[in-house]
Amino acid sequence: MVETISQEISLEALRNGDRAEFAKLVDAYSAPIYRLGLRMLGNEQDAEDVLQNAFISALTHLPNFEGRSSVLTWLYRIAVNEALMILRRGKPEINIDDTESNDEIDNIHPTQFVDWGALPEDELLSAEGKQALDHAIQNLPENLRMVFLLRDIQDLSIKDTADTLNLTEANVKVRLLRARLMLREQLSYYYGERMKKEKSNG
Amino acid sequence: MAESTHNNCEGLLGSLSDYIDGELGAELCRQIEKHIAECEDCRIVVDTTRKTIDLVHASNDPQTGLPDDVRSRLFKRLNLDDYLKPSAK
Repeated sequence: MVETISQEISLEALRNGDRAEFAKLVDAYSAPIYRLGLRMLGNEQDAEDVLQNAFISALTHLPNFEGRSSVLTWLYRIAVNEALMILRRGKPEINIDDTESNDEIDNIHPTQFVDWGALPEDELLSAEGKQALDHAIQNLPENLRMVFLLRDIQDLSIKDTADTLNLTEANVKVRLLRARLMLREQLSYYYGERMKKEKSNG
Repeated sequence: MAESTHNNCEGLLGSLSDYIDGELGAELCRQIEKHIAECEDCRIVVDTTRKTIDLVHASNDPQTGLPDDVRSRLFKRLNLDDYLKPSAK
């Protein structure tokens, strides 16, 4: 779907300052950029700031965009940087380039072995279940969450995720695995407790 | 040489993402499937990791559009007011 949209937008017209074409670009990509901001920052005001700043920055830098990545990947990269700036205002220690602590497949051994995968879909996707999932995603360390959001929520390829975050594909794969396993642990704990409760209620 | 790199749980973990994403070669898939047929804990880890990703996809509706007021403020900020006709969502 994304490819179809990007083919309809002329890069040449964008570079030549065609405002109608830029409006088309904004309408094509503002929703995924806004959703990414919401997931990264957790509140609507910050997500809107990311959205506005990302497109202002895109407008400024369009003449230098060489088209080596897709427009969406390029916009994601700008939006991620805008979001990181907002995140660092509160937590200056955030560093997504940190390769020390998160790029080895150590300490990711599963500890929860509750078989909750066969629970009915409506139970897994109840309002409470969705809330537990959102909470678990928000609880991921920042540098794992970025990778997870781009790959598993925004549906970028491993390569595009790596390009967006300036990481190697190998880094992305390890972080993705860690993020997925951490989420699985949290959900296993949550659904395990629910299954226990249901059992004791008869 | 040992039978395979996936004759233990450690080896399975390293290939888990690729296996779930369908990016693992046929031989490695076969080794994982053999392992999880014998190791209940790993079978649960594979199933619930796959389910975790399914739930993330199911709860993320890509059709969700931009709220109208957010779109309107964005267009104004970008001096694109004259293109602010209703979005086609």
